[in-house]
Amino acid sequence: MIAISHIIPLFVAISLLGAFIISIIGKRLKWIPDVIGNITTLILLGLSVLAMWTIVTKGTLVYSVGSWKLPIGIALVLDGLTAFMLITVNLIAFSVSIYSISYMERFTSKWKFYTLFLLMVAGMNGVVVSGDIFNLFVFLEIASVASYALVAFGTERHELEAAFKYTVMSSVGSLFLLLGIVFLYSYTSTLNMADMANILAQKSASNIIIMVIVLFITGFGLKAALVPFHAWLPDAHPSAPAPISAMLSGVLIKSLGIYTLCRIFYNVIGINPTLSSILMILGTLSMVIGVFLAIGQWDFKRLLAYHSISQIGYVILGIGLGTPLGIIGGLFHLFNHSVFKSLLFLNSGAVEYATGTRDLKKMGGLIAKMPVTGTTSLVASMSIAGIPPFNGFWSKLIIIIAAVQANRLGYAFWAVLASILTLASFTKVMKYAFFGKPRKRWSEVKEVPIFMKLAMVTLAIICVIGGVLLISNINQIFLKPASDVLLEGTKYADIVFKGIQ
Amino acid sequence: MSKEHDAGMSLIVKVITRFTVGLILLYGIYIVLHGHISPGGGFAGGVIIALSFVNLMLAYGKDVALKKLPRKTISFFESTGALLFLSIALIGFFGGYFFLNFISKGEPFRLFSAGIVPFCNIAISLKVGAGLFAIFIALVLLKFDWEKKE
Amino acid sequence: MIIYLLCLMLFCCGLYCILVKRNIIKIILGIIIAEYAVNLFFILVAYRMEGRAPILSSEVEIVNMVDPLPQALVLTSIVIGLATTTLLVAIAMRIYEKYGTFDITKIKELKG
Repeated sequence: MIAISHIIPLFVAISLLGAFIISIIGKRLKWIPDVIGNITTLILLGLSVLAMWTIVTKGTLVYSVGSWKLPIGIALVLDGLTAFMLITVNLIAFSVSIYSISYMERFTSKWKFYTLFLLMVAGMNGVVVSGDIFNLFVFLEIASVASYALVAFGTERHELEAAFKYTVMSSVGSLFLLLGIVFLYSYTSTLNMADMANILAQKSASNIIIMVIVLFITGFGLKAALVPFHAWLPDAHPSAPAPISAMLSGVLIKSLGIYTLCRIFYNVIGINPTLSSILMILGTLSMVIGVFLAIGQWDFKRLLAYHSISQIGYVILGIGLGTPLGIIGGLFHLFNHSVFKSLLFLNSGAVEYATGTRDLKKMGGLIAKMPVTGTTSLVASMSIAGIPPFNGFWSKLIIIIAAVQANRLGYAFWAVLASILTLASFTKVMKYAFFGKPRKRWSEVKEVPIFMKLAMVTLAIICVIGGVLLISNINQIFLKPASDVLLEGTKYADIVFKGIQ
Repeated sequence: MSKEHDAGMSLIVKVITRFTVGLILLYGIYIVLHGHISPGGGFAGGVIIALSFVNLMLAYGKDVALKKLPRKTISFFESTGALLFLSIALIGFFGGYFFLNFISKGEPFRLFSAGIVPFCNIAISLKVGAGLFAIFIALVLLKFDWEKKE
Repeated sequence: MIIYLLCLMLFCCGLYCILVKRNIIKIILGIIIAEYAVNLFFILVAYRMEGRAPILSSEVEIVNMVDPLPQALVLTSIVIGLATTTLLVAIAMRIYEKYGTFDITKIKELKG
């Protein structure tokens, strides 16, 4: 019988296989990229549900690549947080790939798009399953390099400028990460994260660790676009094609920035009050500054990109609180934000597909012509603004309650304020784009094709029923294992070493 | 002189290149095949293989080099290299573990030893060699397109 | 110790180049310098006094070998650097095609 832990490497292998097969035969047969791309992401989604189920029934799984035992070989670890991230990544990847069937018709060379897209998915899945810090860095770079190329996919003036800015800033972030990894390696003489946590726990605190923390905050902050390091995001995310904007804002900044930040600070280095308050301050700054910058925007996608910065702030604030409720709220908001922000970017893509503009001032009355896009966009806007009973409301509520419980009333106040400003900003979007007087020039506009509708409706349904995830039975399966991983802190090492091989 | 010799560099460079380019290619292959017993390996060997074609292109111009190795072939080799590497890993996966070294290791310091490592090296060298030459061509031909527009 | 400081200085040179220079090509060069500084630092971390190259040989037994792992990792990091640099150069060439300049102060269409 094959051990269940064999599913772990498949997350990377299947997506890479899909990418390379498309790059060989996708050029000649037009329908190949669509078919292989969608089948690959569907298999990945199925596997991640299986992984989630395995976590609940069997506990943490560990896989040694090439049968080299821990801590010598590369270990792949599947625990609660990993399974949670895998579901988030692959759910969004699947709906985005359905959406791209119709949307990417406008661009030539669809096979290049799907190859890069699957490489990016492979990189993100790899980051999430890896238990080895350098391997994590390599997968992070695979995902980043694929995303640089995807931002520049249109090769027009704006895309190139945004891609250049993004590439430069993100490479600098990677360099900081690599430097941090070098310091950690020289201090602990190991690359396995579990082993590293063990050794760090035995040694007393030293200045090297402080330096490593600073380097990692800079590096992951650049990857996750926290506020002092956010300058690239409002350019890069709107410039990419809409499905890629959904991927970048929905999951890339989370799996590359937030997941890695949590994993290393909570499970390897170990959280302490100072670090926790740094995270909370960064989170609050992003939350407030992001939303203030978003209000003045008139470009639909750019406005959404600024809101990404703001919502990432909520996630970091929740996780930085360090209390069980705060971590659950942060992770839940991470999932919700992936769903509704991807949906909003897909909506903006649909509007652009139908009307050819992204300027909110030029739109108006589109809900009459595009009922599906308009309705799903309304759902997503209410989710992001935190109106009950949509999923965004529950996660924001949990974060605010957690902040109040932890006696951090100041942070709770800023969170409420940012939420109100988000509501104001999205009222503007809905008023100018979808409601209001129908303009004459859009009388010819038609609803988008079926595949795009399908993807948007799927995500909208998840937005509506997202609150269900908090019911205790489902919560036990979905969120609890993930938050437990962070709460256990550096006990992660013991769990990995004892994990089912 | 015939017309096809007009492109590229001077006669001296061309003659020297004609003598050396084969040697460079062979040296690259040597590095790849001995990757598991001496310094070098798939990446270094692949780079040397790519450089031999780059050398050809610099000396003789793009037409000669692209006739020897057309763009379609390059991109085919590149994808094949990646697929080969992945399939080696997957064969190991079906034999027990991902990247399992399923061939017998043999004696150290022999050419036929180390199990799957030489095969991995060959796959990597295909990927790197084709990839690096493709990058070179892409960058150089991009400039030609731009000059045409002027 | 001094050698590590020199290495960090090289990194700072690269960073300075990225932050201050206005020419796109110079920014790319800055990234390359910073990247090489990190790679060099990684190799230096693995060095031990009077260490030898970590290559096994059938004739003599090598004692006092330097740590071979960082050398393998640096090779990976060089390959990643190659990919990033090539992409940057390609983007820079396209930018020159569209804007006709390498000066980033003149390439400022995205604002707000």
